[in-house]
Amino acid sequence: MSEITITIDGRQVETAEGSSILQAALDAGVYIPSLCYQPDLEPYGACRLCLVLVDGMNAMQPACMTKAVDGMVVHSDVPEVNDVRRTICELLIADHPESCLTCSSNQRCELQEIAAYLGISQQRLPAFERESILDESNPFFVRDLSKCILCGRCVRACQELRAVGAIGFAGRGYDTHVSTFMEEPINLTVCESCGECIDRCPTGALSVKSEALPPSREVRTICPYCGCGCGLVLGVRSGRIVQVRPETEHPVNRGSLCVKGRFGLDFVHSEDRLTTPLVRRDGRLTPATWDEALDLVAENLNRAKSQYGPDSVAGLSSAKCTNEENYLFQKFMRAVVGTNNVDHCARLCHASTVAGMARAFGSGAMTNSINEIEGAGCIFVIGSNTTEAHPIIALKIKAAVLKRGATLIVADPRKIELARFADVHLRQRSGTDVALLNAMMKVILDEGLADEDFIEERTENFAEFRAILEQSDLESAARITGVPAEDIRRAARMFAGAERASVIFAMGITQHTTGSDNVFALANLAMLTGNVGKESSGVNPLRGQNNVQGACDLGALPDVLPGYQKVDDPAARGKFEEAWGVPLPDEPGLTVVEMMNAAHEGRVKAMYIMGENPMLSDPDLTHVGEGLKNLDFLCVQDIFLSETAQLADVALPAACFAEKDGAFTSTERRVQRIRKAVAPPGAARPDWRIICDLSGRMGYEMRYDHPSQIMDEMAALTPIYGGISYDRLEPYGLQWPCPDAEHPGTVFLHEGGFARGLGKFHPTPFREAAELPDDEYPFILTTGRFLYHFHTGTLTRRTEGLEEISPPAPFEIHPRDAASEGIREGDVVELSTRRGAVRARAVVTERSRPGTIFMPFHFREAPANVLTNPALDPIAKIPELKVCAVKLEKLREMG
Amino acid sequence: MQNELQKVFSRYQGRRDELIPILQDIQDALGYLPAEAMNAAADFLKLPASAVFGVASFYDQLHTAPQGRHSVSVCEGTSCHIRGSAQILRAIEKKFALKPGQTTPDHMFTLERVACFGLCAMSPVVMVDGRLYGNMSPAKVLKLIEKLE
Repeated sequence: MSEITITIDGRQVETAEGSSILQAALDAGVYIPSLCYQPDLEPYGACRLCLVLVDGMNAMQPACMTKAVDGMVVHSDVPEVNDVRRTICELLIADHPESCLTCSSNQRCELQEIAAYLGISQQRLPAFERESILDESNPFFVRDLSKCILCGRCVRACQELRAVGAIGFAGRGYDTHVSTFMEEPINLTVCESCGECIDRCPTGALSVKSEALPPSREVRTICPYCGCGCGLVLGVRSGRIVQVRPETEHPVNRGSLCVKGRFGLDFVHSEDRLTTPLVRRDGRLTPATWDEALDLVAENLNRAKSQYGPDSVAGLSSAKCTNEENYLFQKFMRAVVGTNNVDHCARLCHASTVAGMARAFGSGAMTNSINEIEGAGCIFVIGSNTTEAHPIIALKIKAAVLKRGATLIVADPRKIELARFADVHLRQRSGTDVALLNAMMKVILDEGLADEDFIEERTENFAEFRAILEQSDLESAARITGVPAEDIRRAARMFAGAERASVIFAMGITQHTTGSDNVFALANLAMLTGNVGKESSGVNPLRGQNNVQGACDLGALPDVLPGYQKVDDPAARGKFEEAWGVPLPDEPGLTVVEMMNAAHEGRVKAMYIMGENPMLSDPDLTHVGEGLKNLDFLCVQDIFLSETAQLADVALPAACFAEKDGAFTSTERRVQRIRKAVAPPGAARPDWRIICDLSGRMGYEMRYDHPSQIMDEMAALTPIYGGISYDRLEPYGLQWPCPDAEHPGTVFLHEGGFARGLGKFHPTPFREAAELPDDEYPFILTTGRFLYHFHTGTLTRRTEGLEEISPPAPFEIHPRDAASEGIREGDVVELSTRRGAVRARAVVTERSRPGTIFMPFHFREAPANVLTNPALDPIAKIPELKVCAVKLEKLREMG
Repeated sequence: MQNELQKVFSRYQGRRDELIPILQDIQDALGYLPAEAMNAAADFLKLPASAVFGVASFYDQLHTAPQGRHSVSVCEGTSCHIRGSAQILRAIEKKFALKPGQTTPDHMFTLERVACFGLCAMSPVVMVDGRLYGNMSPAKVLKLIEKLE
């Protein structure tokens, strides 16, 4: 784009061709007043405060709506323009209450600012009294329409940026006002409580309920919830977080957040935080000193190790903890205990991704970056309820569809929110993804839509893949999946026809006994159409936890050392043995579910669990509980006394994300700094320090003054992190692979060649799920997440407002199934499977596919994982959390 | 209601600029715009429901609440005003405890105000169910309304 020059009030201003006068002025630091303009929203021309005079044009022009033209001469800060602006501003003031001193926006109000700029010192026009209509129905914010100046920023942000549209303009003339659908209170609308509107409001019409005191300082950090890796700014005063706002310049979230990131951090200062070590005495957990507690842990781990061998000890690391802490945890298990029995919850979410994509491409991470989604021509979302589980990534998908005309294919048994924007929604029966994908690929091959050059030059094993694929056909796939053949064909053509097509997937793909096959099939689809190794395409697994990517990268897995270096590779092991000064075990260790089985059978005697809650997150909870109780010794290190910590012999109080320094790696491989904002409560310590303390007591010194030193050690041993150090992580991190100190990081993978050389096709014949509905258990049960809660709810359920919006223990059922079972909305129903039973309240909704029951796994009151099937994928050892057979029994009418 | 809505939508492509005629058609079929119907129109046009409601609330001819079986519109044009339309309106408001734009609890009629029917020679004018009545007085209008069934 070429540069042009315009003159504003005698000053020469350079700007890009196509920008407005207002944008040109603001970029150059020239102030022109405006209330409705926002750089990231479409210009609106509503407030008329940016009127300017342009030489050669008769009337005054709104600067936001007028394109800058080379050589244009603009007059803004001149008396005749300011006179007009003053009148406009006075009209706004006449319609605005005079409650500035007690307004939450006092001194950050843009109307005040403009009135001051225009020199308005008295109220010249008589005041209109508007009826104050307060809407306090949302737990997090208040709408006071009497302070609204109708700039439309909230309405446009809600519609344009979030594509939610909870609010719009209603009425006409003087009655015009910002309104919800049918004037309902905001809590009864489609509002997702993201808070975007509050940030946009120039006055106090929208304000956060809790923000009584403004912060005295701000700390930049990263959101602790999902894998999006959004930049947060924590406002701190008197040692407490008093405000949370999005980081406007952050390249991923660009000033947006979801409800959890913005309003869900109450857990930090929760009364329930663990503040002192606890030791079980006479069957009860009682407070102890750090010395007592750590001595006890060291003694017990040492005893198990010497009596039964190192492999009688197992550890669960944490996708919530930092990279440094995960690195130290696996180092502790391997170098100090001497076992590879270390794993973490990635086993339950993306083990099949890591296994499948590593075999097909040579790397298990997102091939492309989050912002590239906006440039895709076709987006294929399968098994990802992106809006609820990765809200900021969902914004990019919606932007691609609504602003750039991308086509969207959604494959999900549930009518998820993204289906609203889809060109085609494939509602496959749970567990039939391979059949669906094979059928799509068959169509692509049969219709000659495959990228033959790409297959020829960049891949191998195509013939074998093709031979198996030839056995599938569209009609039988339609029968198996329940998706009309015509829709499968349309989706196939859309995907193959796009210049850049991107697959986005999550646990709907991975949590199956066919999880690895599902991932292979997606890799096949991308290679078949030449959609890997270029911008805005690829195969993109969305990682569920803030640092699950980092925990995998840093070796909290039983078969690999940091950087996915195999434990059974002598060269790799040798490098670590030399650095750590001890011999290391060479056999891959136990995975999560295998650990629980081994605990059950008495092969594992002691466990060390850091920041995980298997008592809610793992399949078949009854079995997990029995296993953990069967241990000789259990140490749990957490910020709360979680369901798992309640079973511990020793519970160690840890610092949360806001109380320590470190780095998280987001789903797009972006390694980013988190920073200490407040002190940990009581005696709580950062996890890395606890590991060091424990290690020293077990005879292996780990000495670090600061996590940056751990990062330096990690980088030296982990090639993909080789060039990463704290000073290079400013301001917005680096995306691995980043092999050396000069490397700028990698935006998308496999350009020009795959990490493993050639991409490998894997034949994937269709297999059914391990447990199918039958006469006794007639429904399919599938599990997932809600927008308002996270994982096992340890964090989100400590924010009252989230509890209010999303009350505990629901399950979703299709109206047809509800009718046949005599179930009505709100009824209490017992759901049972071959493994157990729970009670939950019915939500009757067409979101559910007929024949399929959906249940979130956030709620201890109705733990979905009592029901789920621990059957494992043969390659990745991931359990089948997404499909099992369930029956329903109504217990109580809605009461 | 689903059948009527599907019948309306079948006449349109699903373009956003079809919103107003769609709302008119729905109102013709159902008498007003129930929330469910506006939601269905929003889904059909891929618009936020709040935007559909916004348009419905902008036009006086579109109603988001059920209307009476009959309509009574009092003219408030200049001529009618001079000849006592305010008294007529007040008489109706008082007798039925009703404000303009509202409907009687038994759904007998909806009261409206109109700026001018262009029938100033016969002012004050009242329209009942599309038929104009001239030279009205409060008593005459109340008698007209009492005859409604």
